[in-house]
Amino acid sequence: MSEHNQVIDNLLTANELDLERLQQRLAGLYTGSIDYADIYLQHSRNESWVLEDGIVKSGSFHIETGLGVRALHEDKTGFAYADEITPVALEQAAAAARGIVTAGQANKIHFPTAVQGAPRYQGLDPLGSLDEAAKIALLREMDAYARSLDSRIVEVIASVSGSYDEVLVIATDGTLATDVRPLVRVNCTVLAEQNGRRERGSAGGGARVDYQYFFTNEQAGAEPRWQSYAKEAVRQALVNLEAQPAPAGTMPVVLGSGWPGVLLHEAVGHGLEGDFNRKGASAYSGKIGEQVASELCTIVDDGTLADRRGSLTVDDEGTPAGYNVLIEKGRLVGYMQDKMNARLMDVAPTGNGRRESYAHLPMPRMTNTYMLGGEASPEDIIRSVKRGVYAPQFAGGQVDITSGKFVFSASEAYLIEDGKITAPLKGATLIGNGPEAMRQVSMVGNDLALDSGVGVCGKDGQSVPVGVGQPTLKLDALTVGGTA
Amino acid sequence: MKPEIAELQTELAEVKQAVADALAYGKKLGASAMECALTRSRGISVETRLGEVETVEFNKDGALGITLYKGQQKGSASTTDLSAQAIRASVEKALEIARYTSPDPFAGLAPAELMARDVPELDLCHPGDQSADYALAQALQCERHALALDERIVNSDGASYSSHVGYRVYGNSHGFLDGYLQSRHALSCSLIGKQGEAMQRDYAYTVARATADLESPEHVAEQAAHETLARLGARKINTAKVPVIFRADIANTLFGHFVGAISGGNLYRKSSFLLDKLGEVVLPDWLTIKETPHLSGALASSPFDHEGIATSDRVIVDKGVLQSYLLTSYAARKMQMTPTGHAGGIHTWQVSQSDQSLADLCRTMGTGLLVTELMGQGVNLVNGDYSRGAAGFWVENGEIQYPVEEITIAGNLQDMLRTIVAIGNDTDLRHGVRTGSVLLESMHVAGN
Repeated sequence: MSEHNQVIDNLLTANELDLERLQQRLAGLYTGSIDYADIYLQHSRNESWVLEDGIVKSGSFHIETGLGVRALHEDKTGFAYADEITPVALEQAAAAARGIVTAGQANKIHFPTAVQGAPRYQGLDPLGSLDEAAKIALLREMDAYARSLDSRIVEVIASVSGSYDEVLVIATDGTLATDVRPLVRVNCTVLAEQNGRRERGSAGGGARVDYQYFFTNEQAGAEPRWQSYAKEAVRQALVNLEAQPAPAGTMPVVLGSGWPGVLLHEAVGHGLEGDFNRKGASAYSGKIGEQVASELCTIVDDGTLADRRGSLTVDDEGTPAGYNVLIEKGRLVGYMQDKMNARLMDVAPTGNGRRESYAHLPMPRMTNTYMLGGEASPEDIIRSVKRGVYAPQFAGGQVDITSGKFVFSASEAYLIEDGKITAPLKGATLIGNGPEAMRQVSMVGNDLALDSGVGVCGKDGQSVPVGVGQPTLKLDALTVGGTA
Repeated sequence: MKPEIAELQTELAEVKQAVADALAYGKKLGASAMECALTRSRGISVETRLGEVETVEFNKDGALGITLYKGQQKGSASTTDLSAQAIRASVEKALEIARYTSPDPFAGLAPAELMARDVPELDLCHPGDQSADYALAQALQCERHALALDERIVNSDGASYSSHVGYRVYGNSHGFLDGYLQSRHALSCSLIGKQGEAMQRDYAYTVARATADLESPEHVAEQAAHETLARLGARKINTAKVPVIFRADIANTLFGHFVGAISGGNLYRKSSFLLDKLGEVVLPDWLTIKETPHLSGALASSPFDHEGIATSDRVIVDKGVLQSYLLTSYAARKMQMTPTGHAGGIHTWQVSQSDQSLADLCRTMGTGLLVTELMGQGVNLVNGDYSRGAAGFWVENGEIQYPVEEITIAGNLQDMLRTIVAIGNDTDLRHGVRTGSVLLESMHVAGN
């Protein structure tokens, strides 16, 4: 059975529904001044196992099944959902969602047969890809391995989690799409102690694959990924044991490749989401065609990367994910759009319409956001700094899209003195203004890397998995929130 | 369109029966202990923008969580589907998981003798009108009023109104099974002001268990406009070490980190900057924190915690000395102490205050920074290191001079908490920690 038919079987047939019934319901919604309506059905299963104190303390399993019905009129949205998939729940949700406008003439809907985007991952069920005993064994091995690396490691928390998600979206614009989305994640957090001082290190990774991923690595023959996470967590904790207070003030900052791309996510990404720009609420509103970053910067949002955490075959409105250039050589060329904001701004949807679940409304969201590589070698970038900060690891960030101010917190950082990396620094928050910071980018490395697959993005209370990435970057001036 | 209390009571009774059935089924399957929890809510959320309807959303949320013990092994499962079939499947799944987890000598339910017995009525449920018309009228009235207040308010990020009712149920194999109704209503407004090329956004909100206790839409509008306009023309300041005031609406975050630092989970993991500080000085000697879980109608009131333990009045800090940790039964067993009824969090803390207004606090400070917004997560509870993005106002000679942005404030929480100079009388009642503005001796400000 094809993946598409399997989703229809699980979400519709098993619940006494069929495509015809959904089409009838949509036709009932699509009257009067309603511009667009869609029905979203979802079934997901997820599990998580956690080891602490050397034992697997907890395991949990969660099932979520439901449907959401949305009706749009210009920029108005009516939305209702139910935590079950039944004919009655569908009728009730549709009636409630429709409440935003009064009845009128029926509009004409065209329903083509299913159109699928090119698959960006396999529709695997990760939960069953490893038996329970093997998941437990993986956690135990990770614990033992991390402790074996250094006697100063006093605690290890290891976790493995996976989810399997089936979605179906059908809309009045002729969309009928299904997607099967696997997602797995392994994480290792350690606590190191030395002379009464305790510091933490944490690392992990994941992708839209099954659990076998963690037993392999990019290069054949290299240590398995779970080992590299444990090693990295231990390394960070040990570095932090030696860390000194970070300096305070404005100075050159060099960001490492990979996960520090969270800078782009906060400083640029959110400000380029279509909803904020349609509303004129973003620091980047009305700036298409303008130079908003140094000409060394080309930034894309790319949902098409194979198996990546932020990738999507189709978004939650059934639009195939895209490779969207946001900033090209410093010039703003496009926003990320869902269907509603695209229609209201008279542009095409970009495959960025995402929702946390059937119980949430779609919004323009990022997928994998990264900066393309440049020409400088990372060593030359460090060498060019007289006194500044080198930050290869970050904890997370936040942005005020209207003023453009963003923060992100370094979890591993070093002082740069006379072109050399010297003392490790305690974690500090870095703050800047998005457009201003991007103009300060003066060197771009030739070492583009994507993060290991751990990103979670929050917006309006909705969390979705995302990816970030960048080459090593130098910003001439950024404010570092230290105490020294 | 107001939900009827009687109808909610009937639903609550049905859910309690479903939980009782689940517990019975778990027992039948051989669970040695088991607990079930469910918090459900339903209602409406609407948003308006520039005087027009933007979103009307009908909400219904809540999943049943099941935790089951097979000896000292534990498994958990949850389901949003409350059909008998789905609940039984979840119980079976939890049991299956418990086969694979390791025996944990500290796992289990809270002690039976601590279960709440006479569950007090705390007046937590006041259903409001959940019709789209009423909800939209509140949001529209608020936003329209705000947009007409000042020509520098050039745009809006919208006003929203929400009204929810629901219930919380908890039951376990000690025979404890109880629940209560609750409600929550909120109105908020977010505005965009412009001066030159620079835009600023700020917001105001009101939240309460009863609609009668909400601030008026006009009041919220005026407060949102005031906050937004006050930020226009914000600039960076120079890097310096200065005294800092955390305004009341964000001062609760300081005590939030304190809550984290005295919570069992961080203590037994030795991941707190307040390890082994019970009975020691952690705050200034004039500062006392009392917990009052049974405050009638309060947002953070609760008759029992997430393990069924009766909540009660408790002194957390007496004249600067730490009197109590916050322990779940698991943490308590690990630490060989008694659980304190804090599974699921704290229940209305009252932080002692002075008779100084915020303006008085500014005069006491003289020259320094008044912080009104914090950004980012730069707080390390393991060692207390604190470094966050901030915005606010520069104060000289006790008077606000100009708005400030794009700076960080940094210090160490252990020192910050011990060197609180004064707390104002402008207590913010919207948070679980009720505190006024907090004046700190000094912090590192990073700017130009």
